Amino acid sequence: MSLLELDGVKVHFPVKKGLFFDRTVGHVYAVDGVSLSVEAGQTYGLVGESGCGKTTLGRAVLRLNDITDGAVVFDGTDLAKLPSEEMRSFRRRLQMVFQDPLGSLNPRQNIESILSEGMAAHNIGKDQAERREKIKEILAKVGLPSNAMSRYPHEFSGGQRQRIGIARALVLEPDVIICDEPVSALDVSVQAQVINLLEELQESLGLTYLVIAHDLAVVRHISDVIGVMYLGGLVEEAPSDALYAGPRHPYTKALMSAVPVPDPEVEDRRERILLHGDLPSPANPPAGCRFHTRCPWVQETKCATERPPLLDTGDGHKVACHFTAEIEAGTVKQTLATGIEAVVATEAVAAEAVEVSEGDAEVPDAPAKTEEPATVPAQADAGEAERAEESPKA
Amino acid sequence: MALLSVEELSVTFTARGRKDATAVDGVSFDVDQGQVVGLVGESGCGKSVTSLALMGLLPRKGVRIGGRAEFDGQNLLGISERKLRDMRGSQLAMIFQDPLSSLNPVVPIGIQVTEILQRHRGLKGEKARKEAASLLDRVGIPDPDRRLKEYPHQLSGGMRQRALIAMAVACAPRLLIADEPTTALDVTIQAQILELLKELVDQEGTALLMITHDLGVVAGLCDEVNVLYAGRAVESAGRRELFAHPTHPYAHGLLGSIPRLDAPRGEPLNPIRGSINDKIAWADGCAFAPRCDHYTMECLTGTPELTEPRAAGHQVRCVNPVLPKAEVPA
Ligand SMILES: Nc1ncnc2c1ncn2[C@@H]1O[C@H](COP(=O)(O)OP(=O)(O)OP(=O)(O)O)[C@@H](O)[C@H]1O
Ligand SMILES: Nc1ncnc2c1ncn2[C@@H]1O[C@H](COP(=O)(O)OP(=O)(O)OP(=O)(O)O)[C@@H](O)[C@H]1O
Ligand code: SF4
Ligand code: SF4
Ligand SMILES: [Mg+2]
Ligand SMILES: [Mg+2]
Repeated sequence: MSLLELDGVKVHFPVKKGLFFDRTVGHVYAVDGVSLSVEAGQTYGLVGESGCGKTTLGRAVLRLNDITDGAVVFDGTDLAKLPSEEMRSFRRRLQMVFQDPLGSLNPRQNIESILSEGMAAHNIGKDQAERREKIKEILAKVGLPSNAMSRYPHEFSGGQRQRIGIARALVLEPDVIICDEPVSALDVSVQAQVINLLEELQESLGLTYLVIAHDLAVVRHISDVIGVMYLGGLVEEAPSDALYAGPRHPYTKALMSAVPVPDPEVEDRRERILLHGDLPSPANPPAGCRFHTRCPWVQETKCATERPPLLDTGDGHKVACHFTAEIEAGTVKQTLATGIEAVVATEAVAAEAVEVSEGDAEVPDAPAKTEEPATVPAQADAGEAERAEESPKA
Repeated sequence: MALLSVEELSVTFTARGRKDATAVDGVSFDVDQGQVVGLVGESGCGKSVTSLALMGLLPRKGVRIGGRAEFDGQNLLGISERKLRDMRGSQLAMIFQDPLSSLNPVVPIGIQVTEILQRHRGLKGEKARKEAASLLDRVGIPDPDRRLKEYPHQLSGGMRQRALIAMAVACAPRLLIADEPTTALDVTIQAQILELLKELVDQEGTALLMITHDLGVVAGLCDEVNVLYAGRAVESAGRRELFAHPTHPYAHGLLGSIPRLDAPRGEPLNPIRGSINDKIAWADGCAFAPRCDHYTMECLTGTPELTEPRAAGHQVRCVNPVLPKAEVPA
């Protein structure tokens, strides 16, 4: 049994309209039936483009979002159905690290106060002296000087703030850390420091990670298993090396062919699979295979009508495509161009995809949501965490 | 003679009541017709300020600009505001990271494009509209006639950036400056935009100054690369030479820090220690010294000179460069 198992998880956000936003006119299908397992001590990497539902899924595991349907089984307990008082003890064991460390750290609290807050709420350490000892130890582990305790978030660089975010999770001695874009706000040289730190901590503390990121190279570097998301669903899942060696889903193939590698030799040999059009809106996802509006291999049968399930194609490599075998064997041909023609031509298919993406404009606060994915949820979290932490004392 | 020749460009912000801050500290490079030249470096190294200085878009007050930027025989840093305004749009154009901030939110795309065509190419009415539609079509915006009537917020991020490129190339500029044009976009959309820029350079012979922090983008697109650190170019070379033999400890370190999609899992990264905040003034020595593994006392005796320790045209600003023997692992 895996430490963390998601089974058919759905998170649908109602889209409200009307004078008092009292009419539900539809749903954003942010996460729409995701099943995956994370093994203890391993790293599961979740990749996909902006708006595909990665953050929503991560937050759902912590029950920071309501789960519309499905199960989140952590260490044998289904968190989705747990009453909120009982959720509290699990909160400590599942921690989250955010993209924007500054947005998730209270600027008026010094580091000691930020770190001891959660400890006190979860009864870690019998007094502040003991907690301070623990904090010192963790600060050293994440590579911060012990005088950091009396300083404030703005006195630190971006990389150091991310270390503080990691320390805040670690002081609670969690089993699982969900890292949402842990390095995407950082400069490359600093990114590498934080990635190495996460790896060292995993090794020494036996942590389990669910790492969410849009950067496939980062995810490939740190993950044992990678899940590729597209419009709320997993389209492919495989061990990291296997996914790189042989991506099987058309979307994964395109995604991988688009990731630039800092090596001219590789870049000159690269054949890009360019996709038509833009990502459709999750408020109005295409029927059938969600990728069919942009898929270079889209077929006349099935693709537009039946949603392909995620199936094991051998050696733990799972793919959600009706034509995996045929594409592999070359017996179905590409039906859409993937060169520069894909960009310049204005095919009906692309136009259709774009049409759908327009739905975005009608979702009242969807644009703001996608533009500030880090700060908005992060601040909300801080509030939620505070409330959760206050309630037991009251 | 290069189309654009920048020599010892420096920009210092001199806000009253604050210490002078030098953002660009002697940057030199050339851009030829049909060539892509990259400026690459981490946040705050002076990439955007360089491009704004070239376009004459920095505020007039509180900024001191030094050096020269010869474009087609004229010093861009010396000509009148009016002349520069004429050149912007027709000869020089720029695209930014955030297309939304450079489009007018309350004016339909079509009017924004036809305005440019009218101002710089004298096209009017139906003619301008037709040309605008064909420009949108050219950059891969489906159903251009309808899109022309829409407002910027109705387009996706990728489409906005394409609309901005359409506007930038409307007058076939000779030099296009692109400041992180794909940083805000998803990687599959980035691939589309990069392909489009490549096509523009190949077909129209446009010179492209590409500003990015992404060495992967540089590897695929740029002919010449300038690596900036704290406002100065620390290494400049042709693309293949730079990636095969990064010689400045910073450039070398950067390449060691990047997780590569094609690297086997388990290979550790070699980060550079510290952050960009740990620097000393170039006047006192090498700004990278506090983070550098090659650092010696010599590094603290004034700005290191540019040298060519490896090959002609491969310039490095370092007294102890990373030379082949150090590159070969034991
Ligand atoms: N509270 C909410 N109410 C309504 N819609 C939401 C809410 N939170 C997220 N969404 C929408 O759900 C979809 C998935 O968002 P999510 O933030 O999970 O994407 P993501 O994969 O993390 O993207 P990014 O890479 O940009 O962070 C988006 O369309 C987003 O606008
Ligand atoms: N108007 C200004 N007044 C004062 N300082 C400024 C101003 N604009 C930029 N700077 C400073 O100049 C330096 C260079 O900034 P610049 O925007 O060129 O960096 P950049 O290389 O483009 O970074 P990024 O990758 O983050 O865009 C920074 O230290 C910045 O704080
Ligand atoms: S099911 Fe059809 S549309 Fe979907 S990925 Fe496979 S071939 Fe493409
Ligand atoms: S000059 Fe000295 S400190 Fe600067 S990069 Fe070279 S060796 Fe390092
Ligand atoms: Mg997110
Ligand atoms: Mg910039």
